[in-house]
Amino acid sequence: MGKKHKKVVVLPCSGIGKVYGAVARETMYELVEKLRPGLATTTCLPLLVIRDPEAVALVTENPVITIDGCPKDCAKKSVEALGKMVDKAYEAIKFYKEHKDLKPEGIAEVNETGRKLAAVAAEEVAKVVDELAAGEEK
Amino acid sequence: MDIQVTKVGVVSCSGEEIPEGTLCRLACRKVLDERPGETVTICLPLFIAGGEEERTFASNYPTITVDGCDKMCAAKATEMLSGKPSKSLSIPEILKKHGLKPPTKLRHFGAEEDAAVQAVAEEIAHAVDEVLEEE
Repeated sequence: MGKKHKKVVVLPCSGIGKVYGAVARETMYELVEKLRPGLATTTCLPLLVIRDPEAVALVTENPVITIDGCPKDCAKKSVEALGKMVDKAYEAIKFYKEHKDLKPEGIAEVNETGRKLAAVAAEEVAKVVDELAAGEEK
Repeated sequence: MDIQVTKVGVVSCSGEEIPEGTLCRLACRKVLDERPGETVTICLPLFIAGGEEERTFASNYPTITVDGCDKMCAAKATEMLSGKPSKSLSIPEILKKHGLKPPTKLRHFGAEEDAAVQAVAEEIAHAVDEVLEEE
């Protein structure tokens, strides 16, 4: 068992071109606002791109989960560019592959079905948030 | 020989942490959807995560950046990693100009936020027109 953490950072894809980017963001909001408020937190991905000191410190000092919207893996690579390995990396399409009855639509924001998919995804990610907060490695 | 510019790049702050970021994404998406022949976008982190094609985005297209806060990530990242933007827009400045209050929600925007999304989208569209005329 490793060090316990008061925060676990969840970083979604920041894209506005694909539905799974929106699913990734919605999943993060479910975690941060509903499932694990206070424990799960986020920051704007572009703040890492410009090396904002506060955002870089948050990411480098806490466990990080990334949820990417496409295989380009921007969220994961943006963290790795800081010299930090992510603790868990997801691609949002995985959640749809496991729940084919919940086909998301929408790009900037997902539709109602997409919100349901994100809620299911967030339940799964919440377990990883808890494990990382408790100091377990993924 | 003059080269006719046919598309303008629109780079949005993704601003996951602030309501203005969501406003930014929705307004940029609206312009991209309404003017598909004249606009193109790129996910900001691709300047780092992508390849040569992504990094030369601002060289290939005159680019408008749209930022949700005074940290101006989109403008700074575009200039640092790709090329100087033709125009940089700021959501707080646009809202102030239109006498609109900043949004308070991070997601699920509705009728209450429509005026702000519309105002920002109009400013972006106006900037696209100006860039196309200038180039």
